[in-house]
Amino acid sequence: MSPPMGDSHKRFLQTMMSNGIISASQAAALHKHCCETHGAHYVADRLDDFINIINAHLQSLFMHIRKGMSEEDGLEYYALVNVTETDITRMASDYADNELELFRKTMDLIVDSESGSASSTDILNCADSLQTKKLKKKETEHVLSKFVQDKWLNEKDGEYTLSVRCIVEMEQYMRTIYQDLIKVCHVCHNIALQCQMCENPICGIKVHLPCVARYFRARSDPRCPECSEFWPHEIPEIPQSQSQSSQNLPSSSKENTAPTPSRRSRRS
Amino acid sequence: MSQKKKAVSASQNKTQRRSQVCLDEDDEDAHFSQITSSQVQRAREHFTPVQIDRKVAEVVQFILIKDQKKIPIRRADIGKHVIKEYKGIYTEIMNRVCRTFEQVFGLQLVEIDPKNHIYILINKLEPIHGEPVSMRPGNPKTGLLFVILSVIFMKGGVIKENLVWNTLKKLRVDPGEKHDEFGDVKKVVTDEFVRQKYLEYVKIPHTEPVEYEFRWGLRAEKEVSKLKLLEFVGELFGQDPQSWTQQFREASTAETSSQRT
Repeated sequence: MSPPMGDSHKRFLQTMMSNGIISASQAAALHKHCCETHGAHYVADRLDDFINIINAHLQSLFMHIRKGMSEEDGLEYYALVNVTETDITRMASDYADNELELFRKTMDLIVDSESGSASSTDILNCADSLQTKKLKKKETEHVLSKFVQDKWLNEKDGEYTLSVRCIVEMEQYMRTIYQDLIKVCHVCHNIALQCQMCENPICGIKVHLPCVARYFRARSDPRCPECSEFWPHEIPEIPQSQSQSSQNLPSSSKENTAPTPSRRSRRS
Repeated sequence: MSQKKKAVSASQNKTQRRSQVCLDEDDEDAHFSQITSSQVQRAREHFTPVQIDRKVAEVVQFILIKDQKKIPIRRADIGKHVIKEYKGIYTEIMNRVCRTFEQVFGLQLVEIDPKNHIYILINKLEPIHGEPVSMRPGNPKTGLLFVILSVIFMKGGVIKENLVWNTLKKLRVDPGEKHDEFGDVKKVVTDEFVRQKYLEYVKIPHTEPVEYEFRWGLRAEKEVSKLKLLEFVGELFGQDPQSWTQQFREASTAETSSQRT
Protein backbone atom coordinates (compact mmCIF):
# COMPACT_ATOMS: atom_id res chain seq x y z
CA MET A 1 0.00 0.00 0.00
CA SER A 2 1.25 3.43 -0.82
CA PRO A 3 1.90 5.86 2.05
CA PRO A 4 -1.07 8.16 2.66
CA MET A 5 -1.09 11.63 1.19
CA GLY A 6 -0.05 14.34 3.60
CA ASP A 7 -1.18 17.95 3.42
CA SER A 8 2.04 18.74 1.55
CA HIS A 9 1.06 16.28 -1.20
CA LYS A 10 -2.49 17.64 -1.34
CA ARG A 11 -1.27 21.20 -1.67
CA PHE A 12 1.09 20.18 -4.45
CA LEU A 13 -1.76 18.43 -6.24
CA GLN A 14 -4.09 21.42 -5.84
CA THR A 15 -1.47 23.69 -7.34
CA MET A 16 -1.00 21.26 -10.22
CA MET A 17 -4.75 21.31 -10.78
CA SER A 18 -4.86 25.10 -10.86
CA ASN A 19 -1.96 25.43 -13.24
CA GLY A 20 -2.28 22.39 -15.46
CA ILE A 21 1.43 22.35 -16.15
CA ILE A 22 4.53 23.65 -14.38
CA SER A 23 8.22 23.60 -15.20
CA ALA A 24 10.58 21.23 -13.42
CA SER A 25 12.20 24.06 -11.50
CA GLN A 26 8.80 25.38 -10.46
CA ALA A 27 7.93 21.85 -9.36
CA ALA A 28 11.08 21.65 -7.26
CA ALA A 29 10.30 25.00 -5.63
CA LEU A 30 6.70 23.92 -5.07
CA HIS A 31 7.84 20.66 -3.49
CA LYS A 32 9.99 22.57 -1.02
CA HIS A 33 7.24 25.11 -0.34
CA CYS A 34 4.58 22.46 0.30
CA CYS A 35 6.80 20.47 2.64
CA GLU A 36 7.84 23.54 4.57
CA THR A 37 4.31 24.87 4.86
CA HIS A 38 3.07 21.67 6.44
CA GLY A 39 6.20 20.75 8.35
CA ALA A 40 6.68 17.62 6.28
CA HIS A 41 10.04 15.93 5.92
CA TYR A 42 11.76 17.52 2.93
CA VAL A 43 14.56 15.98 0.89
CA ALA A 44 15.71 18.25 -1.91
CA ASP A 45 16.27 15.79 -4.73
CA ARG A 46 13.40 13.47 -4.01
CA LEU A 47 10.78 15.28 -6.09
CA ASP A 48 10.00 12.20 -8.15
CA ASP A 49 9.48 10.08 -5.03
CA PHE A 50 7.15 12.77 -3.70
CA ILE A 51 5.20 12.80 -6.95
CA ASN A 52 5.07 9.00 -7.06
CA ILE A 53 3.13 8.99 -3.80
CA ILE A 54 0.58 11.35 -5.31
CA ASN A 55 0.41 9.29 -8.49
CA ALA A 56 -0.27 6.12 -6.51
CA HIS A 57 -3.41 7.76 -5.16
CA LEU A 58 -4.36 9.24 -8.51
CA GLN A 59 -4.20 5.89 -10.25
CA SER A 60 -7.74 4.80 -9.30
CA LEU A 61 -8.98 8.19 -10.50
CA PHE A 62 -7.35 7.75 -13.90
CA MET A 63 -5.21 10.81 -13.39
CA HIS A 64 -1.43 11.08 -13.44
CA ILE A 65 1.29 13.69 -13.02
CA ARG A 66 3.40 13.15 -16.08
CA LYS A 67 6.83 14.50 -16.97
CA GLY A 68 7.56 15.72 -20.49
CA MET A 69 10.08 17.78 -22.41
CA SER A 70 9.26 21.00 -24.19
CA GLU A 71 10.21 21.15 -27.85
CA GLU A 72 10.69 24.91 -27.52
CA ASP A 73 13.17 25.16 -24.70
CA GLY A 74 14.21 21.57 -24.02
CA LEU A 75 13.26 21.89 -20.37
CA GLU A 76 11.23 19.37 -18.44
CA TYR A 77 7.68 20.02 -17.34
CA TYR A 78 5.18 18.29 -15.08
CA ALA A 79 1.57 18.10 -16.25
CA LEU A 80 -1.52 16.69 -14.58
CA VAL A 81 -3.14 14.50 -17.22
CA ASN A 82 -6.27 12.46 -17.50
CA VAL A 83 -5.27 8.93 -18.40
CA THR A 84 -8.55 7.75 -19.87
CA GLU A 85 -8.80 10.37 -22.52
CA THR A 86 -8.51 8.98 -25.99
CA ASP A 87 -9.76 12.19 -27.50
CA ILE A 88 -9.25 15.88 -26.85
CA THR A 89 -11.99 15.64 -24.25
CA ARG A 90 -9.90 17.62 -21.79
CA MET A 91 -10.76 20.67 -23.86
CA ALA A 92 -14.36 19.71 -24.50
CA SER A 93 -15.80 21.58 -21.56
CA ASP A 94 -14.03 24.82 -22.42
CA TYR A 95 -14.69 25.14 -26.14
CA ALA A 96 -17.56 25.00 -28.59
CA ASP A 97 -17.80 22.19 -31.12
CA ASN A 98 -16.56 24.26 -34.03
CA GLU A 99 -13.66 25.57 -31.94
CA LEU A 100 -12.67 21.99 -31.13
CA GLU A 101 -12.89 21.13 -34.80
CA LEU A 102 -10.57 24.04 -35.57
CA PHE A 103 -8.13 22.77 -32.97
CA ARG A 104 -8.11 19.31 -34.53
CA LYS A 105 -7.52 20.83 -37.96
CA THR A 106 -4.71 23.01 -36.60
CA MET A 107 -3.15 19.94 -35.06
CA ASP A 108 -3.43 18.18 -38.46
CA LEU A 109 -1.61 21.07 -40.13
CA ILE A 110 1.13 21.06 -37.52
CA VAL A 111 1.66 17.31 -37.62
CA ASP A 112 1.76 17.32 -41.43
CA SER A 113 4.22 20.18 -41.62
CA GLU A 114 7.98 19.86 -41.80
CA SER A 115 8.51 22.74 -39.43
CA GLY A 116 6.07 21.47 -36.83
CA SER A 117 4.12 24.71 -37.09
CA ALA A 118 1.08 26.17 -38.81
CA SER A 119 0.73 29.72 -40.04
CA SER A 120 -2.21 31.84 -38.99
CA THR A 121 -3.11 32.18 -42.67
CA ASP A 122 -3.45 28.43 -43.09
CA ILE A 123 -5.49 28.18 -39.91
CA LEU A 124 -7.80 30.95 -41.08
CA ASN A 125 -8.37 29.02 -44.28
CA CYS A 126 -9.38 25.99 -42.22
CA ALA A 127 -11.77 28.10 -40.21
CA ASP A 128 -13.54 28.95 -43.40
CA SER A 129 -14.24 25.32 -44.25
CA LEU A 130 -15.29 23.84 -40.95
CA GLN A 131 -17.99 21.21 -41.06
CA THR A 132 -19.61 22.13 -37.76
CA LYS A 133 -19.98 25.86 -38.10
CA LYS A 134 -17.70 28.29 -39.89
CA LEU A 135 -15.66 30.75 -37.88
CA LYS A 136 -15.15 34.30 -39.05
CA LYS A 137 -11.70 35.88 -39.06
CA LYS A 138 -12.19 37.80 -35.82
CA GLU A 139 -13.67 34.76 -34.10
CA THR A 140 -10.78 32.59 -35.27
CA GLU A 141 -8.25 35.07 -33.96
CA HIS A 142 -10.07 35.16 -30.63
CA VAL A 143 -10.16 31.35 -30.36
CA LEU A 144 -6.48 31.09 -31.27
CA SER A 145 -5.58 33.53 -28.52
CA LYS A 146 -7.70 31.46 -26.13
CA PHE A 147 -5.78 28.34 -27.15
CA VAL A 148 -2.55 30.17 -26.40
CA GLN A 149 -3.82 31.55 -23.12
CA ASP A 150 -4.99 28.10 -22.01
CA LYS A 151 -1.57 26.78 -22.93
CA TRP A 152 -2.58 24.41 -25.71
CA LEU A 153 -0.70 26.29 -28.43
CA ASN A 154 2.33 28.56 -28.58
CA GLU A 155 2.51 31.46 -30.99
CA LYS A 156 5.51 33.24 -32.41
CA ASP A 157 5.54 35.60 -35.38
CA GLY A 158 2.22 34.35 -36.64
CA GLU A 159 3.27 30.70 -36.49
CA TYR A 160 1.51 28.30 -34.14
CA THR A 161 3.07 25.22 -32.54
CA LEU A 162 1.78 22.64 -30.07
CA SER A 163 2.70 23.51 -26.51
CA VAL A 164 4.40 21.10 -24.16
CA ARG A 165 1.12 20.83 -22.25
CA CYS A 166 -0.69 19.75 -25.40
CA ILE A 167 1.89 17.14 -26.32
CA VAL A 168 2.20 15.69 -22.81
CA GLU A 169 -1.58 15.55 -22.33
CA MET A 170 -2.54 14.34 -25.78
CA GLU A 171 0.38 12.12 -26.75
CA GLN A 172 -1.78 9.01 -26.49
CA TYR A 173 -4.54 10.57 -28.58
CA MET A 174 -2.09 11.78 -31.21
CA ARG A 175 -0.33 8.45 -31.56
CA THR A 176 -3.70 6.77 -31.96
CA ILE A 177 -5.08 8.99 -34.68
CA TYR A 178 -1.91 9.78 -36.60
CA GLN A 179 -0.19 6.38 -36.22
CA ASP A 180 2.83 6.28 -38.53
CA LEU A 181 2.17 9.74 -39.86
CA ILE A 182 3.53 11.36 -36.74
CA LYS A 183 7.26 11.95 -36.41
CA VAL A 184 9.10 10.42 -33.48
CA CYS A 185 12.44 11.55 -32.08
CA HIS A 186 15.19 9.01 -32.62
CA VAL A 187 16.95 10.00 -29.42
CA CYS A 188 14.16 10.22 -26.82
CA HIS A 189 11.40 8.29 -28.64
CA ASN A 190 8.73 10.86 -27.91
CA ILE A 191 6.59 12.66 -30.46
CA ALA A 192 8.72 15.13 -32.42
CA LEU A 193 7.09 18.02 -34.24
CA GLN A 194 9.75 20.72 -34.21
CA CYS A 195 12.80 18.75 -35.17
CA GLN A 196 15.79 18.32 -37.43
CA MET A 197 15.89 15.55 -39.99
CA CYS A 198 18.75 13.49 -41.37
CA GLU A 199 19.22 14.57 -44.98
CA ASN A 200 20.13 11.10 -46.17
CA PRO A 201 17.11 10.08 -48.32
CA ILE A 202 17.25 6.46 -47.17
CA CYS A 203 17.50 7.43 -43.51
CA GLY A 204 15.49 10.53 -42.65
CA ILE A 205 15.39 10.07 -38.87
CA LYS A 206 14.06 12.97 -36.84
CA VAL A 207 15.56 14.46 -33.68
CA HIS A 208 14.17 17.20 -31.42
CA LEU A 209 16.24 20.37 -31.40
CA PRO A 210 17.04 20.05 -27.68
CA CYS A 211 17.88 16.37 -28.21
CA VAL A 212 20.21 17.38 -31.06
CA ALA A 213 21.87 19.87 -28.72
CA ARG A 214 22.44 17.22 -26.08
CA TYR A 215 23.41 14.41 -28.40
CA PHE A 216 25.89 16.36 -30.50
CA ARG A 217 27.27 18.41 -27.63
CA ALA A 218 30.75 19.67 -28.45
CA ARG A 219 31.23 17.36 -31.43
CA SER A 220 33.14 18.96 -34.27
CA ASP A 221 31.99 16.32 -36.73
CA PRO A 222 28.35 15.50 -35.96
CA ARG A 223 27.10 12.31 -37.59
CA CYS A 224 23.63 10.80 -37.81
CA PRO A 225 23.23 8.21 -35.05
CA GLU A 226 21.46 5.89 -37.47
CA CYS A 227 23.27 6.07 -40.81
CA SER A 228 26.46 7.97 -39.85
CA GLU A 229 26.04 10.53 -42.62
CA PHE A 230 27.20 14.03 -41.80
CA TRP A 231 24.58 15.94 -39.83
CA PRO A 232 24.33 19.18 -41.84
CA HIS A 233 22.13 21.27 -39.59
CA GLU A 234 23.17 23.92 -37.10
CA ILE A 235 23.61 22.37 -33.68
CA PRO A 236 21.66 24.41 -31.12
CA GLU A 237 22.93 25.31 -27.66
CA ILE A 238 22.22 22.98 -24.77
CA PRO A 239 19.08 24.16 -22.95
CA GLN A 240 20.07 25.78 -19.67
CA SER A 241 17.87 24.75 -16.76
CA GLN A 242 16.56 27.75 -14.87
CA SER A 243 18.89 28.94 -12.12
CA GLN A 244 17.64 29.41 -8.55
CA SER A 245 17.39 33.16 -8.89
CA SER A 246 15.42 33.17 -12.09
CA GLN A 247 12.76 30.68 -11.11
CA ASN A 248 10.39 33.47 -10.14
CA LEU A 249 10.31 34.77 -13.68
CA PRO A 250 8.07 32.65 -15.89
CA SER A 251 9.19 34.70 -18.87
CA SER A 252 12.72 33.33 -18.62
CA SER A 253 11.46 30.15 -20.20
CA LYS A 254 9.97 30.30 -23.66
CA GLU A 255 6.97 28.22 -22.64
CA ASN A 256 4.22 30.33 -21.20
CA THR A 257 3.41 28.67 -17.90
CA ALA A 258 1.39 30.15 -15.07
CA PRO A 259 2.92 32.35 -12.39
CA THR A 260 5.17 30.37 -10.06
CA PRO A 261 3.93 28.96 -6.77
CA SER A 262 6.29 31.24 -4.85
CA ARG A 263 3.65 33.90 -5.41
CA ARG A 264 1.67 32.21 -2.70
CA SER A 265 4.29 32.85 -0.08
CA ARG A 266 4.82 36.50 -0.81
CA ARG A 267 5.54 37.37 2.74
CA SER A 268 8.04 34.65 3.63
CA MET B 1 -45.04 12.18 -6.15
CA SER B 2 -46.73 9.59 -3.98
CA GLN B 3 -47.26 7.34 -6.98
CA LYS B 4 -43.55 7.21 -7.52
CA LYS B 5 -43.00 6.30 -3.90
CA LYS B 6 -45.17 3.20 -4.29
CA ALA B 7 -43.56 2.24 -7.56
CA VAL B 8 -40.06 2.60 -6.18
CA SER B 9 -40.56 0.38 -3.18
CA ALA B 10 -41.93 -2.47 -5.27
CA SER B 11 -39.50 -5.29 -5.82
CA GLN B 12 -39.90 -5.35 -9.57
CA ASN B 13 -38.67 -1.80 -9.89
CA LYS B 14 -35.29 -2.95 -11.17
CA THR B 15 -36.70 -3.35 -14.65
CA GLN B 16 -38.74 -0.24 -14.16
CA ARG B 17 -35.62 1.70 -13.33
CA ARG B 18 -33.95 0.48 -16.47
CA SER B 19 -36.83 1.51 -18.65
CA GLN B 20 -37.00 4.98 -17.19
CA VAL B 21 -36.15 7.50 -19.83
CA CYS B 22 -35.23 11.09 -19.11
CA LEU B 23 -37.01 12.24 -16.02
CA ASP B 24 -36.94 15.91 -15.46
CA GLU B 25 -34.47 17.00 -12.86
CA ASP B 26 -36.86 17.34 -9.95
CA ASP B 27 -38.04 13.79 -10.35
CA GLU B 28 -34.47 12.57 -10.67
CA ASP B 29 -33.62 14.17 -7.40
CA ALA B 30 -36.70 12.96 -5.53
CA HIS B 31 -35.80 9.45 -6.66
CA PHE B 32 -32.66 9.42 -4.54
CA SER B 33 -34.40 9.82 -1.25
CA GLN B 34 -36.74 6.92 -1.93
CA ILE B 35 -34.33 4.11 -2.66
CA THR B 36 -34.93 1.00 -0.60
CA SER B 37 -32.31 -1.20 0.97
CA SER B 38 -33.20 -4.14 -1.27
CA GLN B 39 -32.52 -1.94 -4.26
CA VAL B 40 -29.18 -1.07 -2.77
CA GLN B 41 -28.39 -4.72 -2.18
CA ARG B 42 -29.34 -5.67 -5.71
CA ALA B 43 -27.33 -2.80 -7.17
CA ARG B 44 -24.26 -3.78 -5.21
CA GLU B 45 -24.52 -7.36 -6.42
CA HIS B 46 -25.13 -6.25 -9.96
CA PHE B 47 -22.01 -4.14 -10.39
CA THR B 48 -18.47 -5.37 -9.96
CA PRO B 49 -16.06 -3.55 -7.63
CA VAL B 50 -14.10 -2.45 -10.70
CA GLN B 51 -17.21 -0.90 -12.21
CA ILE B 52 -18.03 0.87 -8.98
CA ASP B 53 -14.45 2.17 -8.69
CA ARG B 54 -14.80 3.52 -12.19
CA LYS B 55 -18.05 5.30 -11.31
CA VAL B 56 -16.44 6.91 -8.28
CA ALA B 57 -13.64 8.19 -10.54
CA GLU B 58 -16.17 9.55 -13.04
CA VAL B 59 -18.08 11.44 -10.35
CA VAL B 60 -14.83 12.91 -9.01
CA GLN B 61 -13.89 14.08 -12.52
CA PHE B 62 -17.35 15.52 -13.11
CA ILE B 63 -17.26 17.53 -9.92
CA LEU B 64 -13.70 18.73 -10.52
CA ILE B 65 -14.58 20.01 -13.98
CA LYS B 66 -17.64 21.86 -12.72
CA ASP B 67 -15.68 23.27 -9.84
CA GLN B 68 -12.95 24.47 -12.15
CA LYS B 69 -15.48 26.88 -13.57
CA LYS B 70 -16.77 27.60 -10.07
CA ILE B 71 -20.18 26.32 -11.10
CA PRO B 72 -22.07 24.88 -8.11
CA ILE B 73 -22.88 21.22 -8.63
CA ARG B 74 -26.44 19.99 -8.49
CA ARG B 75 -27.03 16.53 -7.07
CA ALA B 76 -29.57 15.96 -9.84
CA ASP B 77 -26.91 16.58 -12.48
CA ILE B 78 -24.57 14.08 -10.89
CA GLY B 79 -27.34 11.52 -11.01
CA LYS B 80 -28.46 12.28 -14.53
CA HIS B 81 -25.08 12.61 -16.23
CA VAL B 82 -22.78 10.34 -14.30
CA ILE B 83 -24.33 7.92 -11.83
CA LYS B 84 -27.28 6.94 -14.03
CA GLU B 85 -28.04 3.25 -13.60
CA TYR B 86 -25.88 3.04 -10.47
CA LYS B 87 -28.50 5.06 -8.62
CA GLY B 88 -29.12 2.22 -6.19
CA ILE B 89 -25.70 2.71 -4.65
CA TYR B 90 -25.69 6.47 -4.95
CA THR B 91 -24.94 6.95 -1.26
CA GLU B 92 -22.05 4.52 -1.26
CA ILE B 93 -20.55 6.15 -4.33
CA MET B 94 -20.93 9.66 -2.90
CA ASN B 95 -19.39 8.62 0.41
CA ARG B 96 -16.35 7.35 -1.42
CA VAL B 97 -16.27 10.49 -3.56
CA CYS B 98 -16.26 12.69 -0.46
CA ARG B 99 -13.54 10.57 1.15
CA THR B 100 -11.46 10.80 -2.01
CA PHE B 101 -11.76 14.57 -2.12
CA GLU B 102 -10.57 14.81 1.46
CA GLN B 103 -7.83 12.22 1.39
CA VAL B 104 -6.35 12.92 -2.03
CA PHE B 105 -7.12 16.54 -2.82
CA GLY B 106 -7.64 18.16 0.57
CA LEU B 107 -11.03 19.43 -0.62
CA GLN B 108 -14.45 19.18 0.94
CA LEU B 109 -17.81 18.81 -0.78
CA VAL B 110 -20.12 21.24 1.01
CA GLU B 111 -23.86 21.57 0.55
CA ILE B 112 -24.63 25.24 0.20
CA ASP B 113 -28.29 24.70 -0.59
CA PRO B 114 -29.86 21.87 1.44
CA LYS B 115 -33.25 22.30 -0.18
CA ASN B 116 -32.14 21.95 -3.80
CA HIS B 117 -29.07 19.85 -2.96
CA ILE B 118 -26.42 22.03 -4.46
CA TYR B 119 -22.75 21.57 -3.61
CA ILE B 120 -19.45 23.36 -3.95
CA LEU B 121 -15.92 22.18 -3.36
CA ILE B 122 -14.03 24.13 -0.77
CA ASN B 123 -10.40 24.00 0.21
CA LYS B 124 -9.65 22.23 3.47
CA LEU B 125 -6.02 23.27 3.38
CA GLU B 126 -5.32 26.46 5.23
CA PRO B 127 -4.85 29.44 2.96
CA ILE B 128 -1.20 30.42 2.92
CA HIS B 129 -0.23 33.47 4.90
CA GLY B 130 -0.64 36.40 2.59
CA GLU B 131 -3.18 34.72 0.40
CA PRO B 132 -6.67 35.52 1.67
CA VAL B 133 -8.60 34.10 -1.27
CA SER B 134 -8.23 30.54 -2.48
CA MET B 135 -8.57 30.93 -6.20
CA ARG B 136 -6.67 30.07 -9.31
CA PRO B 137 -3.34 31.82 -9.40
CA GLY B 138 -2.89 34.31 -12.19
CA ASN B 139 -6.59 34.87 -12.74
CA PRO B 140 -7.04 38.63 -13.08
CA LYS B 141 -10.67 38.43 -12.03
CA THR B 142 -9.50 37.36 -8.58
CA GLY B 143 -8.24 40.84 -7.92
CA LEU B 144 -11.47 42.37 -9.12
CA LEU B 145 -13.59 40.12 -6.93
CA PHE B 146 -11.33 40.64 -4.01
CA VAL B 147 -11.70 44.42 -4.12
CA ILE B 148 -15.48 44.09 -4.18
CA LEU B 149 -15.55 41.60 -1.31
CA SER B 150 -13.31 43.91 0.72
CA VAL B 151 -15.55 46.92 0.19
CA ILE B 152 -18.66 44.95 1.14
CA PHE B 153 -17.02 43.56 4.25
CA MET B 154 -15.57 46.85 5.46
CA LYS B 155 -18.93 48.52 4.99
CA GLY B 156 -20.75 46.03 7.17
CA GLY B 157 -21.79 43.26 4.78
CA VAL B 158 -24.21 44.92 2.36
CA ILE B 159 -23.73 47.89 0.08
CA LYS B 160 -25.63 49.67 -2.68
CA GLU B 161 -24.36 48.83 -6.14
CA ASN B 162 -23.27 52.42 -6.76
CA LEU B 163 -20.54 52.08 -4.18
CA VAL B 164 -19.08 49.12 -6.06
CA TRP B 165 -19.17 50.91 -9.41
CA ASN B 166 -17.64 54.07 -7.93
CA THR B 167 -14.85 52.13 -6.25
CA LEU B 168 -14.06 50.33 -9.48
CA LYS B 169 -14.12 53.57 -11.43
CA LYS B 170 -11.51 54.96 -9.06
CA LEU B 171 -9.37 51.96 -10.01
CA ARG B 172 -10.03 52.80 -13.67
CA VAL B 173 -12.35 49.88 -14.19
CA ASP B 174 -15.46 51.44 -15.63
CA PRO B 175 -18.54 49.18 -15.78
CA GLY B 176 -19.87 51.32 -18.60
CA GLU B 177 -16.89 50.63 -20.86
CA LYS B 178 -15.40 47.47 -22.23
CA HIS B 179 -12.30 46.68 -20.19
CA ASP B 180 -9.14 45.21 -21.75
CA GLU B 181 -8.78 42.50 -19.15
CA PHE B 182 -12.32 41.87 -17.91
CA GLY B 183 -14.44 42.71 -20.93
CA ASP B 184 -17.99 43.51 -19.88
CA VAL B 185 -17.26 44.40 -16.25
CA LYS B 186 -20.89 44.75 -15.24
CA LYS B 187 -21.62 41.27 -16.59
CA VAL B 188 -18.64 39.74 -14.81
CA VAL B 189 -19.68 41.27 -11.50
CA THR B 190 -23.46 40.93 -11.64
CA ASP B 191 -23.68 37.70 -13.60
CA GLU B 192 -20.50 35.62 -13.47
CA PHE B 193 -19.58 36.26 -9.83
CA VAL B 194 -23.20 35.83 -8.80
CA ARG B 195 -23.59 32.54 -10.68
CA GLN B 196 -20.43 31.29 -9.05
CA LYS B 197 -21.95 32.20 -5.69
CA TYR B 198 -19.21 34.67 -4.77
CA LEU B 199 -21.61 37.60 -4.69
CA GLU B 200 -25.30 38.22 -4.23
CA TYR B 201 -26.91 40.92 -6.31
CA VAL B 202 -30.34 41.64 -4.92
CA LYS B 203 -33.07 44.10 -5.77
CA ILE B 204 -33.81 46.59 -3.02
CA PRO B 205 -37.60 46.47 -2.58
CA HIS B 206 -39.72 49.57 -3.14
CA THR B 207 -37.04 51.42 -5.04
CA GLU B 208 -37.96 53.44 -8.10
CA PRO B 209 -35.95 53.32 -10.33
CA VAL B 210 -34.87 49.85 -9.25
CA GLU B 211 -31.70 49.74 -7.17
CA TYR B 212 -29.62 46.74 -6.28
CA GLU B 213 -27.37 45.86 -3.42
CA PHE B 214 -24.38 43.56 -3.12
CA ARG B 215 -23.61 41.02 -0.43
CA TRP B 216 -21.14 38.20 -0.07
CA GLY B 217 -22.32 34.98 -1.71
CA LEU B 218 -22.38 31.54 -0.11
CA ARG B 219 -19.11 30.48 -1.72
CA ALA B 220 -17.30 33.59 -0.51
CA GLU B 221 -18.62 32.92 3.00
CA LYS B 222 -17.16 29.42 2.92
CA GLU B 223 -13.92 30.06 1.08
CA VAL B 224 -12.67 33.48 2.00
CA SER B 225 -10.99 34.12 5.32
CA LYS B 226 -12.29 37.45 6.58
CA LEU B 227 -9.32 37.70 8.89
CA LYS B 228 -6.84 37.38 6.08
CA LEU B 229 -8.84 39.87 4.05
CA LEU B 230 -8.77 42.36 6.92
CA GLU B 231 -5.03 41.87 7.27
CA PHE B 232 -4.65 42.67 3.61
CA VAL B 233 -6.78 45.81 3.92
CA GLY B 234 -4.63 46.74 6.91
CA GLU B 235 -1.51 46.45 4.80
CA LEU B 236 -3.11 48.55 2.09
CA PHE B 237 -3.88 51.41 4.46
CA GLY B 238 -0.87 50.94 6.71
CA GLN B 239 -3.16 50.28 9.65
CA ASP B 240 -3.42 47.59 12.26
CA PRO B 241 -6.36 45.32 11.35
CA GLN B 242 -7.53 45.56 14.95
CA SER B 243 -8.12 49.30 14.50
CA TRP B 244 -11.34 48.36 12.75
CA THR B 245 -12.85 46.90 15.89
CA GLN B 246 -16.21 45.84 14.48
CA GLN B 247 -14.79 44.21 11.40
CA PHE B 248 -12.04 42.60 13.43
CA ARG B 249 -14.58 41.12 15.83
CA GLU B 250 -16.64 39.77 12.96
CA ALA B 251 -13.57 38.38 11.21
CA SER B 252 -12.30 36.65 14.35
CA THR B 253 -15.70 35.08 15.02
CA ALA B 254 -15.93 33.83 11.45
CA GLU B 255 -12.45 32.35 11.72
CA THR B 256 -13.13 30.36 14.89
CA SER B 257 -16.49 29.09 13.65
CA SER B 258 -15.03 27.89 10.37
CA GLN B 259 -12.26 26.10 12.23
CA ARG B 260 -14.86 24.13 14.13
CA THR B 261 -16.39 22.68 10.93
